[in-house]
Amino acid sequence: MSKDKSEYLINRKDNQYEVVIGLEVHAQVTSESKLFSTSSTKFGAEPNTQVSLVDAALPGMLPVINEYCVKQAIKTGIGLKAKINKRSVFDRKNYFYADLPQGYQISQFKDPIVGEGKVILDMPDGQKEVGIERLHLEQDAGKSIHDLDPKYTFVDLNRSGVALMEIVSKPDLRSPDEVNAYVKKLRSIMRYLGTCDGNMQEGSLRADVNVSVRKKGSKEFGTRCEIKNVNSIKFMQMAIEYEANRQVDLIEDGQSIDQETRLFDTKKNETRSMRSKEDAHDYRYFPDPDLLPLEVSEDFIEKLKLEIPELPDEKKKRFIEKFKLSPYEATILVSDNETSNYFENVIKKSDVKLATNWIIGELFAALNEKNLEITESPISAGNLSKLINLIKDGTISGKIAKTVFEHMMEGDKDPKKIVEEKGLKQESDPKALEALIDKVIDDNREKATEYKSGKVKLFGFFVGQVMKVSAGKANPQLVNEILKKKL
Amino acid sequence: MSIDLKTIKHISKLSRISVDEKKAEKLAGDLNSIFEFIEKLNELKTDNVQPLTSVAETTLKLRDDEVKSKNIREQIIKNSPQENEDYFVVPKVIE
Amino acid sequence: MSDITKQSLSELIKNIKDKKLSSTEVTKAFVERSEKSKELNAYVTEDFSAAIDKAKKFDENPNLDLKLPGIPMAVKDLFCTKNVKTTAGSKILNNFTPTYESTVTQNIWNEGAILLGKLNCDEFAMGSSNETSFFGCVQNPIDKDLVPGGSSGGSSSAVAAQLTPITIGTDTGGSIRQPASFTGIVGLKPTYGSCSRYGIVAFASSLDQAGPMAQNVRDCALLHEVISSYDEKDSTSIDFKRNNYVKELTNNIKGKKIGIPKEYRVNGMPKEIEDLWKKGIDYVKDCGAEIIDISLPHTNYALPTYYIVAPAEASSNLARYDGVKYGFRADGENLIDMYEKTRSEGFGAEVQRRIMIGTYVLSSGYYDAYYLKAQKVRKLIKNDFDEAYKKVDAILTPSTPSSAFKIGEKTNDPVSMYLNDIFTVPVNLAGLPGISIPAGHDAKGYPLGLQIIGKAFDEQNLLNIAYAMEEKINFKNKITDWWIK
Repeated sequence: MSKDKSEYLINRKDNQYEVVIGLEVHAQVTSESKLFSTSSTKFGAEPNTQVSLVDAALPGMLPVINEYCVKQAIKTGIGLKAKINKRSVFDRKNYFYADLPQGYQISQFKDPIVGEGKVILDMPDGQKEVGIERLHLEQDAGKSIHDLDPKYTFVDLNRSGVALMEIVSKPDLRSPDEVNAYVKKLRSIMRYLGTCDGNMQEGSLRADVNVSVRKKGSKEFGTRCEIKNVNSIKFMQMAIEYEANRQVDLIEDGQSIDQETRLFDTKKNETRSMRSKEDAHDYRYFPDPDLLPLEVSEDFIEKLKLEIPELPDEKKKRFIEKFKLSPYEATILVSDNETSNYFENVIKKSDVKLATNWIIGELFAALNEKNLEITESPISAGNLSKLINLIKDGTISGKIAKTVFEHMMEGDKDPKKIVEEKGLKQESDPKALEALIDKVIDDNREKATEYKSGKVKLFGFFVGQVMKVSAGKANPQLVNEILKKKL
Repeated sequence: MSIDLKTIKHISKLSRISVDEKKAEKLAGDLNSIFEFIEKLNELKTDNVQPLTSVAETTLKLRDDEVKSKNIREQIIKNSPQENEDYFVVPKVIE
Repeated sequence: MSDITKQSLSELIKNIKDKKLSSTEVTKAFVERSEKSKELNAYVTEDFSAAIDKAKKFDENPNLDLKLPGIPMAVKDLFCTKNVKTTAGSKILNNFTPTYESTVTQNIWNEGAILLGKLNCDEFAMGSSNETSFFGCVQNPIDKDLVPGGSSGGSSSAVAAQLTPITIGTDTGGSIRQPASFTGIVGLKPTYGSCSRYGIVAFASSLDQAGPMAQNVRDCALLHEVISSYDEKDSTSIDFKRNNYVKELTNNIKGKKIGIPKEYRVNGMPKEIEDLWKKGIDYVKDCGAEIIDISLPHTNYALPTYYIVAPAEASSNLARYDGVKYGFRADGENLIDMYEKTRSEGFGAEVQRRIMIGTYVLSSGYYDAYYLKAQKVRKLIKNDFDEAYKKVDAILTPSTPSSAFKIGEKTNDPVSMYLNDIFTVPVNLAGLPGISIPAGHDAKGYPLGLQIIGKAFDEQNLLNIAYAMEEKINFKNKITDWWIK
């Protein structure tokens, strides 16, 4: 395999460049209250209405850690097949910003709660393992609003103190497609676990993207740039593409790359330098003296392991082995917990193969068109299951089933009723079919003669005519049999 | 070692305290005499000593995930230097 | 009764319980004396009329089962008090009024005490003479133009001058014990984790601890009993069984082993201090305790360690004073300009100096050499005490290397000012309890204190030793009311 088709390379004259990408994903922990305070984490509240004395960093206020957030982080670590550290330490990351009330962010620097782990990606050309460097807990900052007033910036601290998991990958990603697959997989695992809702519109999942380039075949890493706070997969891919090309152009031009923090401008579709070098950050990390080291016992971790549901990789394996799905089908069906639940509900009482095709085909297309999630599907798993059984037992044809399906999408109606009300039941009575077929042959005498003299292709024409005359209700299998005899 | 004016300027930038030339010189003098006395620690070999970050001999206690602090916006904003009912207001941020 | 303010806390409580005095009478007496004592500059904020109102309300329906029934009391201005301005002695908090109460003060009000006002202190508790306060220096009632010690200088001055029967201070490196020693009163720094830090303006989180200041050991024990509590709002608060410190107070310390650390005999120690210490040893022996020579080999490294750890934590703790959410704000063209001007104009010189030291020792390239090194030496210092406590029950040392000095005497030399805390700082670094009791006078008639250092959570034993010694010493403070015209 000298040249892999899916390899993502940037070509310039005689040189080919490989792109090296690492991600720092910031995932909001699903919890009622904040990491170190008791105010709510709900999205969309009026400004500064979910801010406690601790969140606003009033004098003398102290952090007290939320046990649930600790559990969520450990569960996520288990989901990432990672090492759980029984002792971790909270540090202060010191810097000044309007939406950082304490003047420092409580984070974990040297001793994170979760160590090395891995994520498996399903790429078109096979599986790829991406290493996880670490996962740590930290506080989110508030929000600065710059466009409400020409002279002033407004600060909303509702988000201030909300728990985040920062998940740092190893520099194992090589293309925008892999980044897409990685973020989706990570999101899927966390949604299975219930540790992060993965809602990118609400900012529950953001990433800092580290990008560097190197000549193909080189073992050394190039100088990397960090693109801060990108909040959609599409923007991540666009930013990587722009940034990688920018770096390659610099190298080709004989210039060097500065290690720096950059910002992705979504309007101009470009990255630009965020801070001047003289203002280089020195965060002065040190252990937060208001907190003690976080210690969890083996027992604490073991109990959490019992709460871990079947995760996408295992579920996929089960679907392939038990239901004989193709890896492609299984990957799609396990992408999120709701879809796989839907699938498993449908197949409780109906044929797996048909169910798989109908869900991946018709249902996804219809939901997509209406911009609905699987949980919002007008067709319940139970009714889809009934529809599949109607096909299976020959009550309706696959073609008629599509009509029934369309009616079902208008509201959660029982497909049997639709078939009855609209008179869509398949005609499987051989006598009735014979009569129909006789009439069709009679009406097309010439073509019948041609068929008999060897124009076998015309068979399809007769099937079509019979179906047309029966308004699609004729049982195609029987039609085939009888036609063959009659002709 | 000696702390020069450039270092003082750097630290003042990090700590967001403005210093003029005169203040910087005074600070450099003070800090140098303080660090001269701090350097005494170098007499000790500490390679195999575990650092002590807290003397509280207990483990971190974990609290339940309950929302107890309700909307106290009025209290939170009450002491803010620039009045606004909903927000904290600061001079424009320039990146 | 004209001599109300001369009474000890225990006497006042007895008189109120016996209905010989009302809370209103007591409160008015302290208010009156406080008003005549403005020259001491002990108060930053007076809350006198509210105090008298509260006293009247108390008298209408007195609950005499409380530990501090209707007792008026001023507190250090580092404790956040609901709806009463709290400044920490700083311009940057000059207009700050908390909407919440510190746990320690709440415990006090829950036992029936009444707030008289807020007492002056060094800015953010950074100082040993109260001279760094934005609200000016405090006079020591012992003599004019004498510092009352610091950082709880307003507190020590107010108790010594009888403007409040008792008070609370905070102690990060000696801020209760040193001013107690300079003014001839008793001051206790409890074990780290004994009193909640919730609602106390933070200086150095791993060292800060609130504690009582009183005229005698019994009063001190009572106030400690009130303020020491486990608090879920402070992650470093420790849940241990607390004693009934007053009930269990005894002067019987027979057989207790008291350690005398040779390293505290520092170079150039004044003879008066040396003599006081010897006298202290004799008193302890008189009480039937045993004296044992011990060694705390890393004593000399405590101050340099402290001057890394405390500023480092402070540089971060004080980052929240940025002009955004509360407190003083200077005009600025943009956010950064506003920050730099606010903090430069809002903090005084000593605070700025310590923020700079702290920022420097944490900054990239220096962390290991300074901060990490200091944490390691801190471990060695704690180990010294752990070793010593295998042999002894408590340790006796002088509280300070000298008596109170004149206002302005040391302001231009930070290091000589820092040396004031040489005997008190190791106690904070090791998280131990320490008490300073008045033990004698120097040639000028200024009070001198002795310090007893205990094992962690062993405040009862510490108070007992102090109580027994107090009886033998029979100290009388020489206060002439020179400031009252």
